[in-house]
Amino acid sequence: MLLSACALPAAPPAPRVAAADAVTRLRWIDRVTWGANVATLEEVDAMGLAPWLGRQLHPGAARLPPAVQARIDAMRITTTPPDALAAELDAQRRAIDTLPDEARLPARQAYQRALDDLARESRQRFAWRALYSPHQLQEQMTWFWMNHFNVSTRKGEVRALVGDYEEHAVRPHALGRFRDLLGTTLRHPAMLRYLDNAQNANGRLNENYARELMELHTLGVGGGYSQGDVQELARVLTGAGIAPAAADAPAPAVRPALRGDYVRQGRFEFNPNRHDYGTKTFLGRPITRRGPGEIDEALDRLARAPATARFVSTRLATWFVADAPPPALVARMSAAFERSDGDIVAVLTAMFESAEFADSLGTRFSDPVHYAIGSVRLVNDTRVIASVDPLLGWIARMGEPVYGHETPDGHPLTRDAWASAGQMATRFEIARAIAADANVSLAESPVVRILLPRFAAPTRAALAQARSPREWNTLMLAAPEHMNR
Amino acid sequence: MKRRELLGMLGAAPLAGASARLLATPAHRDARLLVVFLRGAYDCANLLVPTASDFYRAARPRIAVPRPGEAGGAIALDGTWGLHPALASSVLPLFRRGQAAFIPFAGTDDLTRSHFETQDSIELGQALDGRRDYRSGFLNRLAGVLGGGPLVDVAPIAFTEQLPLALRGEARAANMALAAVGRGGGLDARQSAAIQAMYRDTPLADAVTEGLAVRDEVRRAVAAEMTAAGRDALTTRGFERVARRMAALMRERFDLGFVDVGGWDTHVGQGGSTGYLAGRFDELGRGLAGFAEEMGEAAWRDTVVVVISEFGRTFRENGNGGTDHGHGTVYWVLGGGLAAQAGGHIVGEQVEVDRKHLFQDRDYPVLNEYRAVFGGLFQRMYGLSPAQLDRVFGGVAARDLGLV
Repeated sequence: MLLSACALPAAPPAPRVAAADAVTRLRWIDRVTWGANVATLEEVDAMGLAPWLGRQLHPGAARLPPAVQARIDAMRITTTPPDALAAELDAQRRAIDTLPDEARLPARQAYQRALDDLARESRQRFAWRALYSPHQLQEQMTWFWMNHFNVSTRKGEVRALVGDYEEHAVRPHALGRFRDLLGTTLRHPAMLRYLDNAQNANGRLNENYARELMELHTLGVGGGYSQGDVQELARVLTGAGIAPAAADAPAPAVRPALRGDYVRQGRFEFNPNRHDYGTKTFLGRPITRRGPGEIDEALDRLARAPATARFVSTRLATWFVADAPPPALVARMSAAFERSDGDIVAVLTAMFESAEFADSLGTRFSDPVHYAIGSVRLVNDTRVIASVDPLLGWIARMGEPVYGHETPDGHPLTRDAWASAGQMATRFEIARAIAADANVSLAESPVVRILLPRFAAPTRAALAQARSPREWNTLMLAAPEHMNR
Repeated sequence: MKRRELLGMLGAAPLAGASARLLATPAHRDARLLVVFLRGAYDCANLLVPTASDFYRAARPRIAVPRPGEAGGAIALDGTWGLHPALASSVLPLFRRGQAAFIPFAGTDDLTRSHFETQDSIELGQALDGRRDYRSGFLNRLAGVLGGGPLVDVAPIAFTEQLPLALRGEARAANMALAAVGRGGGLDARQSAAIQAMYRDTPLADAVTEGLAVRDEVRRAVAAEMTAAGRDALTTRGFERVARRMAALMRERFDLGFVDVGGWDTHVGQGGSTGYLAGRFDELGRGLAGFAEEMGEAAWRDTVVVVISEFGRTFRENGNGGTDHGHGTVYWVLGGGLAAQAGGHIVGEQVEVDRKHLFQDRDYPVLNEYRAVFGGLFQRMYGLSPAQLDRVFGGVAARDLGLV
């Protein structure tokens, strides 16, 4: 016991939070993780809430149950490095054109299937981690940023890229610095493709990404930028695109004076031939650098704008606390954002330490992804399920498909988007399916036994009418108390 | 049924003067609209075949539908247009009865030729040069306008897993995908009642009751379908099955519907009279005819179905026996109460189909902009004022094609 405790890295700083009783501890767990279960409750009870939350905010390397890790290790998205994967797919796609007519359709279908399979693997990996990773806050924040910097598998090639986007652009920075997220998402081929900056070139301006980068990723609507700023940022971003997938593709011929500006990192390419080298004014000040450095200058400016601190803090507070988060809370989080130069842990700590957060525990309506994952975690605990495909299907059926939101605004964060009549009816059917899937009695679960006395009288009355453990499970998962976290 | 009863009560209430004035004529009150979105941009030139155009056959040596009278030929609708033969037993009879019309050269001015961009921009129905509000689809705005007037308890529904952009917005809209419903299992009546009881005192009580009621209606429709199937040994599948379920729901409960049908992005090997696209047309046609039949004569008379797609495809075939992303498309309008001058006709502004009239020497032009066309239709269907129409499609002048 002592030995294993010594083997742990030094305890990270613990935020100033406390939970007086088991019910409150469970509600903390429900909010910080993808859903409370017995294993997590035991962990919190053993460590204490504050040290546990400190560990969640500063996770080390992930350690998944071996059976889960083995599944992820066997995936093509794990075994094939992203550049090699891109080259393989590119070769497969180009081979189609060399085929005789009658062979092209099946070859195209095979190529599409390969893309679908890669997207499916990426979704499965997300689900495995959400269910079983001990670093629950990191997994939740990965989802949050994937949604904030949304890309969609509905846009062709993104299917092959989304897994790497999550793994290398988003997840390592989910509890890091906001500015790093801006840089990594900008340079990833998934984003360059999804919001068309790969097509943005001098003289053929494509403003799509420039606009969303300000409207959805940083400043927010009304964040003090003009249509002129959109154009200027689009000009800054000209030339930022995707390098050819083929490993042996030559670099473009760039005239000597600009050759030093050519950048290739992975599949990110800055092509001086496509860049607009004219002078630019962005957010009221001139851009001083020339070439690829303009991009970082613009991102620095965006990351440090007070509007960005406010917008990102509002999004976080909306997701974690309330549809209309208390302005005082957002102000404190924004101050932490500015003070720490966009340190996400500092912003989250300000939120976790607030009275508003503690007051809101148990009142946040669970969106489909929280509802489904939380239910499966509650029912199965640490038992490794046979397949995550049913879970992903349930999430999609409730309208929040993983990586499937088509538009750049991401899935809505507010309750009204998920609590419609049809969605509630679907949710109850899914409650039944989850209950049918498991051979457990939730009535015996220590977690449920702690919460049950707090359930409203009509809920307890309905549960008392259940005719079998499975029906009890269904009603429990359909109960109004189980809809909130 | 419920909403119609409620309307009656509102009309009779002594203090309902203001609301009573807002109630339009009974025809408007019973109006139902279904929008069918063919996602992927279907090849309209092989649906509504320009039979009089030699240029058509020259531009499509491998995939053209032959002339009327030839083997596998188009079915002549008038002197210049013909229908794909896959629709001979489904949509053609509706057309002959004056219950179907086509609007060629329809579409949007959006020129991105991106499925993604253009589907979104059509569903949102907002000005192309303004900022997009992704929380405001045009059918939702229509529901909002109707809710304030002609259909005080307008009941919109998308027969899709997710609420589509077209129905997102302030007005409440239901959604339920129908293909998977009825595949065994499900909560029984006692369990549903127990769930409703749990929500009795919560803010979600109404939504829960409504949701379970809709689900029950879908189940009843499915059960009726199975009984019928047992009787005449005919089973439907694919879109027809969904369409018949939609009809049962729109007959009884919903008046503003949306559904999407995919599989139209035929870049490769689309075929001509037969083949891949012909199969898609066959399935869609059976679905639409099944929808009309299932509605029943009375409800079908009050119903308009509009079939749209994000854009057309290149007029010339490509090197792979398919077609690429184009511009203008053909909208379909179906309904039991189409105006005599529209039903059984090809309507809207048209030009000759020849090389000279192609847009950018590759596509059909857009002469009937979709917001203007929908605006004209809404004006007729619901008696909307210009101010009300402006809330649905801001700044767009309605174009009345006299469809109903």
